[in-house]
Amino acid sequence: MITLPLLANGPVIPNFGAGSTCETENHFFCTGWVADHWSDTLQPALLQHIKLAAIAVAIGFVLAFAAALVAYRYRRADQPIGLLSDFLYTIPSLALFQLLVPLTGLSVTTVEIALVSYTLLILYRNILEGLRGVPAEVRESARGMGLTRLQSLVRVELPLAVPSIMAGLRIATVSTISIATIAAFVIPEGLGRPIFIGIGQDVFKTEIIAAGGLAILLALAADALLVLLGRALTPWRNA
Amino acid sequence: MIRLLADSFSWGTFPDAIRFIADNPGLLWHKSVQHMELSGAAIGIALLLALPLGVVLGHLRRGSFVAISVSNLGRALPSLVLIAFALFVSGHFFVNNMAALVVLGVPPILTNAYFGIEDVDRNIVEAARGMGMSGRDILFRIELPLALPLIIAGIRIAAVFIIATATIAAVAGGGGLGDVIVNQATYHLSGVVGASLVVSLLAFGAALLLALVRKLLTRPYVSAD
Repeated sequence: MITLPLLANGPVIPNFGAGSTCETENHFFCTGWVADHWSDTLQPALLQHIKLAAIAVAIGFVLAFAAALVAYRYRRADQPIGLLSDFLYTIPSLALFQLLVPLTGLSVTTVEIALVSYTLLILYRNILEGLRGVPAEVRESARGMGLTRLQSLVRVELPLAVPSIMAGLRIATVSTISIATIAAFVIPEGLGRPIFIGIGQDVFKTEIIAAGGLAILLALAADALLVLLGRALTPWRNA
Repeated sequence: MIRLLADSFSWGTFPDAIRFIADNPGLLWHKSVQHMELSGAAIGIALLLALPLGVVLGHLRRGSFVAISVSNLGRALPSLVLIAFALFVSGHFFVNNMAALVVLGVPPILTNAYFGIEDVDRNIVEAARGMGMSGRDILFRIELPLALPLIIAGIRIAAVFIIATATIAAVAGGGGLGDVIVNQATYHLSGVVGASLVVSLLAFGAALLLALVRKLLTRPYVSAD
């Protein structure tokens, strides 16, 4: 019934049938299995997951930042850029991964292109809205004080846009970590991989819960870190 | 198998995928109907649960903490994990997968309904109250119409998300177009890509439909000014 092409050549990781009673009887959660397989299964998957998500958010941020600056400067660019990112966002993640396979193969590139696409909409909107939210009086006084357009952007407008940018970054990071589990359909990497193997092993609950739990914890931890970073970047708001 | 994979990494797969769609209209139609049954049921139940709750909380201006936490948690929950959890419960595949999809659909609907209503200009609500409108009148005749664009945006996000995740539900016996997408051994890459195109079209269709609904429902207010 369940056909997962990746499983056919994957190693049988939970020695299902040969482990402890907890494992052979597939109890809800076997801490022993997690301890035994932390270093050979969970930890590598977690590190791959962090890497996949971090690269995607970094590239997505650079692209969205550039697009938002263009749209901020030239209002007419807003609609086409917004439509494009809206369009990318609507394609289901698994379908987008598969649609890229003919072009970039079963590779990390495929996964990163798809993950970056999903960050664009959120980051672009938040960066642009942050910049546009700067009151006109503030911009005018910056000009009045003799700041050039670039100086005003870097020293006045961008710092004021930080809260909105950070809010977008939080949403983009958390969703990317979540979507990166789907990458396991295409490449044997990330926390989706142990989840798949768990599903293939007659639904080995411990592995699914451990890997799924790690994905959720990773998302929450990243979110908390970004909150702290946002506070550090805007010291004037804490006063 | 390996030769087949090597052959298919090229632009040529796209014409092949179109040919696959043209050659298998029955299969794809059947899978699309399954897909939309699962998604439609999940969207319906998510709406029934989340919309009244979000609207009432927003009207009372209580529970912003709940609305924010639900949306944050919802985003952190990977869809694959939820679908895998649906496998833990023995029983009906359709019901289990639908429950997982409902969990994914509730946060955007709830949060957008809450903030849509809560963000309505207080001056307008005060004016309505001053005109002698009851709380119920204010909700149905002032707050809901003004919050409609945001509420529908939330439903659109949920619908697109649910249709996307229903694809993944194929690994948990969910049927639908995901059956073709995760089964490259049978359908080859052209079938996988073809089914991916079809599921993307379904998601676009749903998004367009909701954009249309939004236009129809908000037209009287927009044309009034």
